[in-house]
Amino acid sequence: MYKYLIICSLFLPRFVNTQNVLIKNGTVLTVTKGTLQNTDILVVNGKISKIDKNILAPQGSNVIDATGLHIMPGIIDAHSHIALDVVNEATNPVTAEVNVGDALDPLDVSIYRALAGGVTISHAMHGSANAIGGQCETIKHRYGTTNPDDLRMVGAPRTIKFALGENPIRTHGEGSKIMPNTRMGVEQVFRNAFTDAQLYMKDWDDFKKGIKKSSPEYNLRHETMADILKGNILIHCHSYRADEILMLMKVLKDFGVNKICFQHVNEGFKVAPELAAFGASASVFADWWAYKFEVYYSTAYNAAILTRNGVVTSINSDSEELIRHLYHEAAKTQRYGDLTDEEALALITINPAKQLGIDQNVGSIEVGKDADIVLFKGHPLSVYAIPQLTLVDGQVRFDINKDPDDVRVDVNPNEKYTTFFETDRAHHENNGCLRGIAEMLMEESYAKYMRFKYSKNHSH
Amino acid sequence: MNSIKIYFISLFLILQCSIISAQQVKKAENGIFLLKNGTIHTVTKGTFVGDVLIKDGIISDISNSITADGNTKIIDCTGKHIYPGLIDSGSRLGLVEIDAVSVTNDFNEHGDFVPHMKALTAVNPNAVAIPVTRVNGVTTVFAKPEGSTFPGTGALIDLFGYNPDQMSCGSERVLMRFPSTGKRGRWDRRSDEDVKKDAEKALKNINEIWESALGYMKIDSAAKADNQKWMKNNPQMDALLPIVKGEQPLFIEVNSKSDIESALEWVADKKMKAVFMGVAEGWRVADKIAKAKIPVIVGPILSVPRRDNDRFDAAYTNPSKMAKAGVKVAIRTDNAENTRNLPFNAGFAAAYGMGTEEALKAVTINPAEIFGVSNKYGSIEKGKVANIIVSTGDPFETKTVIEKLFIRGWNIPLESRQTLLYDEFLERSPGTK
Repeated sequence: MYKYLIICSLFLPRFVNTQNVLIKNGTVLTVTKGTLQNTDILVVNGKISKIDKNILAPQGSNVIDATGLHIMPGIIDAHSHIALDVVNEATNPVTAEVNVGDALDPLDVSIYRALAGGVTISHAMHGSANAIGGQCETIKHRYGTTNPDDLRMVGAPRTIKFALGENPIRTHGEGSKIMPNTRMGVEQVFRNAFTDAQLYMKDWDDFKKGIKKSSPEYNLRHETMADILKGNILIHCHSYRADEILMLMKVLKDFGVNKICFQHVNEGFKVAPELAAFGASASVFADWWAYKFEVYYSTAYNAAILTRNGVVTSINSDSEELIRHLYHEAAKTQRYGDLTDEEALALITINPAKQLGIDQNVGSIEVGKDADIVLFKGHPLSVYAIPQLTLVDGQVRFDINKDPDDVRVDVNPNEKYTTFFETDRAHHENNGCLRGIAEMLMEESYAKYMRFKYSKNHSH
Repeated sequence: MNSIKIYFISLFLILQCSIISAQQVKKAENGIFLLKNGTIHTVTKGTFVGDVLIKDGIISDISNSITADGNTKIIDCTGKHIYPGLIDSGSRLGLVEIDAVSVTNDFNEHGDFVPHMKALTAVNPNAVAIPVTRVNGVTTVFAKPEGSTFPGTGALIDLFGYNPDQMSCGSERVLMRFPSTGKRGRWDRRSDEDVKKDAEKALKNINEIWESALGYMKIDSAAKADNQKWMKNNPQMDALLPIVKGEQPLFIEVNSKSDIESALEWVADKKMKAVFMGVAEGWRVADKIAKAKIPVIVGPILSVPRRDNDRFDAAYTNPSKMAKAGVKVAIRTDNAENTRNLPFNAGFAAAYGMGTEEALKAVTINPAEIFGVSNKYGSIEKGKVANIIVSTGDPFETKTVIEKLFIRGWNIPLESRQTLLYDEFLERSPGTK
């Protein structure tokens, strides 16, 4: 197997394309600066260096003819679990010290499939089993590499996953019989963790000032929570119901934290004015609902209501399936809420870039930004749109005309067909946010819990 | 005296309020409707600009120009498009309210051999997801049980009515899951050998059931021929009678290439009628399916390839490849609450090779034929059931809006809990104060 890896790696494209790329004569949807007809884009050293009509190709450039095609910035998914070996460290309601960046899997074919849907960056997130989960990693889809480090987007701010509602309650309250077992408990988990971090910071402060003689014990969990308090880590919080969203904003206000993006946030529409006033952003599904009770009172108009109320909103996938057609998910806001083309495209480009703190580098087609670019046949918001070419840092990572039958990086030629999977129920969280947990709950703790509940019901 | 007056005024006001609130609930409207001057996509008889007359629940006339009498409500469709209502050929809509709340799941009865479980019994006419689905132009779905080898009998239902009889399209079909040699998911840790053993055992099981059903049919027929009263209590076997008699096709869920090949042999061996469902790798054996003349219900189209080594678009191009090989293709969402995405599943199939015309057939006339109701459903033709949508354009296109929807001639308000929440919360009052 190792031999094949080495052979394959010889043909791998390099990390950043040093060759100049000239994309000629396309309809450029810049997202931030309007739509430009018959326009060229020059890419030098992986960055957009010029946007103009009739740019002359520098010698040795790779010229791509975009006549009749639409060009848009690489799509950004603010909530994903692709390219990860594991998702949940479900052993404690607070696991701020862990980092999914330690579990990156560059061989995951989902990365290529995302590229085939025009997605160049995803936010690889910890799961939602814990109220305070692990830190996340913003990755560039440099598929073809075998080195996990090549996926990291250097310079992207640190982020961490929080989670409210049913998932931490099911995992810990029902599963392990510890707090949180209710939404009241969830609040106290946050307050406790933040207070512990404050005390921890004070201990170090006292030690540094010489007030205390002995050094406090180093604690990575408290260090991470302290970094959130200092504003060095962005919070991305799995949430659904209006009440719990308001709760967390209150907690953060009490602790002086103001950087938060609510994830899923199906009832965000109910508290859109509060979200806007706090300066919180929202990353939502286009239309997922009713897969559990806390998303029963949802509406596909969520993104439109949030946008119209001034909340920076994105549409995410949380799924290896949806990530392949986020352009289509964004277009649904035109059926449900009548958003303009520019507003709809912002939901999957500049807005998620803002939520991840990378909007200075990506999220629109502007001079100086990374050359993360997608060429579409048809308008990307049309159901008939087909991504043709996807560039990451000026490097072509997907070309529909050169799409191989088998894209795996670690191909074993003796294995003609890989395993067939009978179902594709990509959603319902068991493959996303709760990956690894559903089984555990069903097979062990949850079964015990059900037996417990059943016996209790029959002894009243 | 004065207090009595106040009493009556109060009573009057209360009654007024209740009348007003009653009026606020939009109800379906019955009557004679004339859709004037729209682009009519008949599906079976071409596309042209003209009028459609809806009367007594059926399409009573179609022509370039129809004159209305006094009782007719005229709906101007100038610049609009008129299509037959879309049909989802496989969904759990109405059989589940909330996935994770098991007491609201009515599609998966205990037992591996329960073909007598009838979807029509458990369909909830007031499921919140039904109006949500209608808004996107879906008027009819095949509601199906699932979860075991013979999970039950599915029912084709119209998405309007207050009891199952009002919803039933008169087509109920027995379902079977063909023994699978695939993994059930990434959590399935059975060894390849165990998977093979399980499949062999399951095949033996369905063969035995088939033999029993044949025997049961002989006894049943003999008893009937003799005009004997045959006392029996075997609803499972009763449910299979139309299949073994060859009166109805068996609807078989089968997905991987090798399983489809085995199922083709099995069906030929039993000399039975069949429809294949799922058919995720149909594209790998499209010619064989076409040769066997077995129609397929494929989907979801918005689905990841079932093998890591497959091309990214395997599921998008699957219906197109089968249709081009000559297979009759219908499309399903295989969903419940998001059955509303049927037009987008068809749209992706269209974009990735099938073309809009063929994809439209896959959600209209083809399912009507597969479910044996093409005399009543699946196209805009005189005499057919008036399941009709009026849209601003191509119903698969994401930004298109469905403006009118008729089921059995009833003009259904395009309102759902999701649109009501939009109306209430777009400009919430009070705001933050």
